[in-house]
Amino acid sequence: MLIACPYCGPRDLSEFTYQGDANRTRPNPMSNDQSAWNAYVYERVNTAGDHREFWQHSGGCRAHLVVIRSTLTHEIKSVAFARETAK
Amino acid sequence: MSPRRAHNGGRIDRSTTLRFTFDGTAMTGHAGDTLASALLANGISLIGRSFKYHRPRGVFSAGIDEPNALVTVIKGNLREPNVPATQIELYDGLTVESQNRFPSLAFDIGAANGLAGNLFAAGFYYKTFMGPVAGPLKGTRFWMFCEHFIRRAAGLGRAGHEPDTDRYEKMYGFCDVLVVGSGPAGLTAARDAAADGKKVFLAEQEPELGGTLRWKSAAIDGRPADDWVASTLAELAALPNVTLLPRTTVWGYYDDNALGALERVCDHKAHAAIGEPRHRHWTIRAKDVVLATGAFERPIVFPGNDRPGIMLASAAARYATEYGVLPGERIAIFANNDSAYEAALSLKDAGAEIAVIIDVRAGVSVAARELAREAGGELLLGYAVTNTSGARRLREIEVQPFADGKIREGGTRAFVVDCLAVSGGWSPAIHLASQAGHAPQWDEALQAFLPPAPTQRWTGAGAFTGAFSTAAALGDDIAVNEPEIEYDPAPVFEIRPSGRKSAKAFVDLQHDVTASDIRLAHREGFRSVEHLKRYTTLGMATDQGKSSNVPGLAIMAAARGLPISQVGTTRFRPPFSGVSLGALAADRHGHFKPERLTPMHDWHVARGAKMYAAGLWHRPMIYGTGGETVEQAYVREARAVRETVGIVDVSTLGKIAVQGPDAAEFLDRVYTNMFSTLPVNKARYGLMLREEGIAFDDGTTWRLGEHDFLMTTTTANAGKVMQHLEYYLDCVWPELRVHVTSVTDQWAGAAVAGPNARHVLESCVDGTRVDNDALPFMGIVRGEIGGAPVTICRLSFSGELAYEVYCGAGHGQHVWDALMAAGRTFEIVPYGLEALGTLRIEKGHVTGAEIDGRTSPRDLYLDWMLSKKKPYVGSAMVDREGLLAADRIRLVGIVALDDRPLNGGAHIVERLGEEPRGSIGHITAFCFSPALGKYIALAIVKGGKARHGQRAYVSDPVRNRFGPVEIVSHHFFDPEGSRMHG
Repeated sequence: MLIACPYCGPRDLSEFTYQGDANRTRPNPMSNDQSAWNAYVYERVNTAGDHREFWQHSGGCRAHLVVIRSTLTHEIKSVAFARETAK
Repeated sequence: MSPRRAHNGGRIDRSTTLRFTFDGTAMTGHAGDTLASALLANGISLIGRSFKYHRPRGVFSAGIDEPNALVTVIKGNLREPNVPATQIELYDGLTVESQNRFPSLAFDIGAANGLAGNLFAAGFYYKTFMGPVAGPLKGTRFWMFCEHFIRRAAGLGRAGHEPDTDRYEKMYGFCDVLVVGSGPAGLTAARDAAADGKKVFLAEQEPELGGTLRWKSAAIDGRPADDWVASTLAELAALPNVTLLPRTTVWGYYDDNALGALERVCDHKAHAAIGEPRHRHWTIRAKDVVLATGAFERPIVFPGNDRPGIMLASAAARYATEYGVLPGERIAIFANNDSAYEAALSLKDAGAEIAVIIDVRAGVSVAARELAREAGGELLLGYAVTNTSGARRLREIEVQPFADGKIREGGTRAFVVDCLAVSGGWSPAIHLASQAGHAPQWDEALQAFLPPAPTQRWTGAGAFTGAFSTAAALGDDIAVNEPEIEYDPAPVFEIRPSGRKSAKAFVDLQHDVTASDIRLAHREGFRSVEHLKRYTTLGMATDQGKSSNVPGLAIMAAARGLPISQVGTTRFRPPFSGVSLGALAADRHGHFKPERLTPMHDWHVARGAKMYAAGLWHRPMIYGTGGETVEQAYVREARAVRETVGIVDVSTLGKIAVQGPDAAEFLDRVYTNMFSTLPVNKARYGLMLREEGIAFDDGTTWRLGEHDFLMTTTTANAGKVMQHLEYYLDCVWPELRVHVTSVTDQWAGAAVAGPNARHVLESCVDGTRVDNDALPFMGIVRGEIGGAPVTICRLSFSGELAYEVYCGAGHGQHVWDALMAAGRTFEIVPYGLEALGTLRIEKGHVTGAEIDGRTSPRDLYLDWMLSKKKPYVGSAMVDREGLLAADRIRLVGIVALDDRPLNGGAHIVERLGEEPRGSIGHITAFCFSPALGKYIALAIVKGGKARHGQRAYVSDPVRNRFGPVEIVSHHFFDPEGSRMHG
């Protein structure tokens, strides 16, 4: 699998570290809503299809990327810097 | 009659004789032989015993599809089992053994299995050995009892026990076009791509390039195929943009056109050259791939079809033409298509007698008739082979009239032959395509699966596409003179005598799966191809069903009354053929692992340090002096720290520069305690949690300036903490103006600890005072030691008056030497990890052994560090009910009451003699404490503090260590901290 890092160009999977589901939103840090925190920390949708996820280019520029990848074919639909797209 | 070397012909070098041994018997062959061709040339037709029934088996193919002739190659002390004899290039001194026979190949006791008739049918083991439902050997216990004996009787070769001493290596290749296969189609594709200026890799699994042109008789451009191959290869070899990779099997097709390939660099040599790997693993990234992988001939299934001497027609022709070996002197051909007629002529030209050509079809093409006439022998159309005989090799075949898919009774004839060459049609080698494509499509005319539509960037060429002639492989521009034969076979896969008991008809020769096993699977409900495969093990042997897949599916389809297209096929998964584990691991183990050394490493080694691998770092464990045990050494070192002064290399601690206007705010968010209130030139101990409220890492962070912090982490977690910080800055709080930089390798660090530590610094530090006013606990000063700039922070891991001295890594040894010189007056002692651990255990300081990813801050009695004034990572989850439960395992101290050493990982139990399942916790770290004069430990025990003063026991059955202990506070030594504040 190749991920096209917007900074470094297309690089092999082995240079990247998976950093989790990018769909979740961190609750307000002041919130004590345990079910919201529980969902944020533990609950994930097991998507069959396009999945929005974080990858860090840990063996390269170290930027976190938001990657949209099909979990069925490994086809990568888009790659962007997390800093520019994170919610 | 037996196989023999032809008087002339073949591509072997008859002037070079090579010696080899087979089961201890010395034989010879020629350069260019495979082991299979050399054995045939020596008259050997019995090469192995079959998997289940121990039936005699010989050479069945001439290539990578070989199911039968598996041998064990012996090189020095090493044994490599299950290597097809067809894939072994002969070299002088080659030593091989046959497999699965006892006591010898010719006389094998296990062959009695064959007499047990249908006992060993599919599912036999499951049904028989699940055992009685009651009694001591019921169910799976009975199976486990029997398994040992069954595994000895059924099986393949035996692997050796010696470590593999060969070298393996890895290569990464990048090209515009990867051509897989070097037959006429592959050569043409490579030449065309190279002419376009593309960077081309041409991979061929065989030692020589050329594919079928090495043994098929076609004329190309009016000259022999040989000449055309030689000139094309010369042309390709001269091009700088073409890389030829012989002996390289492309075995897997992965995402983004990445392909795995195995190059067998020196399996064909008696000895590797210096530095030469045995195998080289290639990861090839190709913009485009051309699959020119050709096709496999498949057999027809008929009773007694497994005797030595029965082989694929194309293989027989190849032995004759390429290796100058006659697989028999009097040969019968059995076919359902025309291609075997070409083989017949090749065999005749090489000197064999064609006794008879048997064809299931009532009529054949003009070209086939002409070939049959030239080959000689009787032509029996509308006949089929219905039985064979011969003890250790084929002696006679029986044929009967055959029409409309059935045998006509009567009219049986017998032929005395020593070889039967069989062709049941051709199947394109679609394995790689199926890994990178949709489902393969069944073709009614060819009676074969054609390559699927691609899901990656590949195209097909030649026989791979189902166009089997040489002319089709070369394209329209090149004139080819070859017989215009008909490759479409009659849809006949199995000859099945009805109404009488017949010999076994094998589908999968390597796993001894018969046609009746497939029908049994059908009767018992295992009808889908995936179930069929798993129930009968059809196609699951080392050859991965290259010859048996399609016949097996056809027999199942017939049993179900469905067309093959509706039965489908199983998916071909990688690897296409065996890949050595050594090549996959290559140099990733052993000496290629990076080593991280501190600037003072050489000094430690010169001072007799016993080094210890902590992750990639090498750290001194103890500085041994003559005759000391490890315990004596660390006790001496730790005692010196408590009594006078010691020095330890702390350069391995993770160090991260956290800088920017929002740096303080960021630290407030990632640490449980407050950092924005920390004054400049002060340090603070900090604790980080994970989002779910579990402790993650600890360390001190120094405020060097308003917007400039230096964070230290544990040695082991440096990388993880860096990634954690980067994640929050990139993904959660991108608005914070903070930059984090790993500076672990930029700074060398030494901790000077002990009652005399201040005196040591006073006598060597210039440019700053280090007294208690100038440098209070957790204070930071800057100065110079021996002219090198240093930053000194007064903090303590040992519980003594202690300082961490940091300098640029390049000055590390210089500053260390100056500190040692200054410490001489105070008998300064360098100490290692063991003493460091001892000192921290005495103080009850936690490390990664306690912050083990399961413990919360409360479990470690670090709740005083949880700020109530601000949220932080983990703050919302740290108060969860489960983390507040009274029976959480929490940090305690342990004292051995029997004055014997304790062990990490040992369980703590309430009563002696209990198995560890009654465990109330475990020991995380242990030492002999010089301060207390006792063996002590830190442990994590249910209830924690509530158990202080209680008697418990250590239970360590693995090391046979049992005994009484007392549970105490983890603050063993100086709980008030008066020494480090002094």
